[in-house]
Amino acid sequence: MKQVEETLRQEVAKLLEDGTIDVFVGHEAASLPLKTSPCFVRSPKEVDRLVWNRICTSNLATYLPQLFKRPVGLKGEWTPPKVGVVAKGCDSRSIVGLIKEKQIPRDRLFIIGIGCEGMIDRHSVGRALGVVGLADAKVDDKSVQVIGTDGREKRIDIADVLAASCRECQHREAVLSNLTIGETPSSAPEVSHYANVAEFESKSPQERWEHWVGELSRCIRCYACRQACPNCYCEECFAEETAPKWLGVTTDLSDVFVFHLGRAFHQAGRCVDCGACVAACPQGIDLRLLNQKINKDVEELFEAQVSLSLEEAEALSSFRMEDDQSFMTEP
Amino acid sequence: MTKKTNEKMGGNGWEPRIVAFLCNWCSYAGADLAGVSRIQYPPNVRVIRVPCSGRINPLFIVKALQTGADGVLVSGCHPGDCHYISGNLYARRKFALLKSLLEYVGIEPQRVHFSWVSAAEGPRFAEILGKVTDSVRSVGPASKMIKKFEEVA
Ligand code: SF4
Ligand code: SF4
Ligand code: SF4
Repeated sequence: MKQVEETLRQEVAKLLEDGTIDVFVGHEAASLPLKTSPCFVRSPKEVDRLVWNRICTSNLATYLPQLFKRPVGLKGEWTPPKVGVVAKGCDSRSIVGLIKEKQIPRDRLFIIGIGCEGMIDRHSVGRALGVVGLADAKVDDKSVQVIGTDGREKRIDIADVLAASCRECQHREAVLSNLTIGETPSSAPEVSHYANVAEFESKSPQERWEHWVGELSRCIRCYACRQACPNCYCEECFAEETAPKWLGVTTDLSDVFVFHLGRAFHQAGRCVDCGACVAACPQGIDLRLLNQKINKDVEELFEAQVSLSLEEAEALSSFRMEDDQSFMTEP
Repeated sequence: MTKKTNEKMGGNGWEPRIVAFLCNWCSYAGADLAGVSRIQYPPNVRVIRVPCSGRINPLFIVKALQTGADGVLVSGCHPGDCHYISGNLYARRKFALLKSLLEYVGIEPQRVHFSWVSAAEGPRFAEILGKVTDSVRSVGPASKMIKKFEEVA
């Protein structure tokens, strides 16, 4: 990991020096334990800010569209910057999606792909330690040494606290890149695809409803899940739209449901299961169980894969004459 | 009418309220034909005319369920007959996913229906409405998604 981090810094320094890129989007150390922040590096002198480790959880594709927006109020000529970015498998798929949705230009992007062994889930670390608050944490390649706010200490194997998305991840290497560094990831997915969804589907309707009532009653509607998601680039989100007003500013559970059904549905055929929304949620809500349901349906009904290549059409912007209509009352 | 008003009407007086989104070119015309042919169909339906089934934002359906509908019917032109060539075919994918998602969170599948009805199918439209009304009636008044306005006013 240290080796990869060093190579990353050197490559970025070169790219900035020779003018291939104007800005590089990467991860840097953050003030909270087990967190990194996205960072924007603009000069070769700053490359030491960049880190690469097992807590580079955020999906950096989220921060790209804003770089290509013409600054508000600017008069005269404006050329969009040339942007470099480091991408895990999932980030690269989100980038592919954003290019296809015309939010970012391929020709102004320089993607450095890094094979990914999976990222740590902070909520699982807290659970393993038995406390919610973490005072400090040190991460190496294989394990994490944590201290809770109550002074409790523990060394935890990373394999035991991997994010759920990472356990099932099928695409650990960038699907689109200008350069790849590091080694091919060794680990294969441990959990079968959509095991969680299949298990949930087997419950009774009443159990399913009660599960979501329990889960979503904890939602504080902070919209961090939306902010963290690369697909949520809408200038005006339906959650805040006032004409029409889709959801009230209330604590009524039905409004929370409308938000979650709407948010999840807007990811249909677009979600790459990066887990950024789950990691961002302060309430530890299992949004993945909702996202993955739609992903499973998209895969099964339309035989479509999400954002694996620039050529393939997205599931909801295409159709086949013989698409399934067994769900219809009177086809 | 909210769920509460429904309840106030007592068990016997309860009649399902169904919102039907019908496309202008086929299903709405089909409903019209049923009307001018004087074919009887259940009066439980409130029709909303939309240009095309492709115009239907899945949130319309969610929102109808939140604001008091016991059931929703969405109907468009048969595949291949869409006035806009393929609006219904894009819509079909969205509807398949939405129906499955609603069921997944525990909403009764009997509440949400989709059909294709052409402008010539007046009798069929009446028949479908009968079927849909029976299906919604079988699961009783909606309660899960309904917004409790009174409590937050
Ligand atoms: S919905 Fe969540 S998992 Fe899916 S792409 Fe967005 S942030 Fe990633
Ligand atoms: S939830 Fe939907 S409307 Fe809101 S930002 Fe995401 S995609 Fe856009
Ligand atoms: S991040 Fe969590 S608490 Fe915040 S709106 Fe999303 S689900 Fe709700």
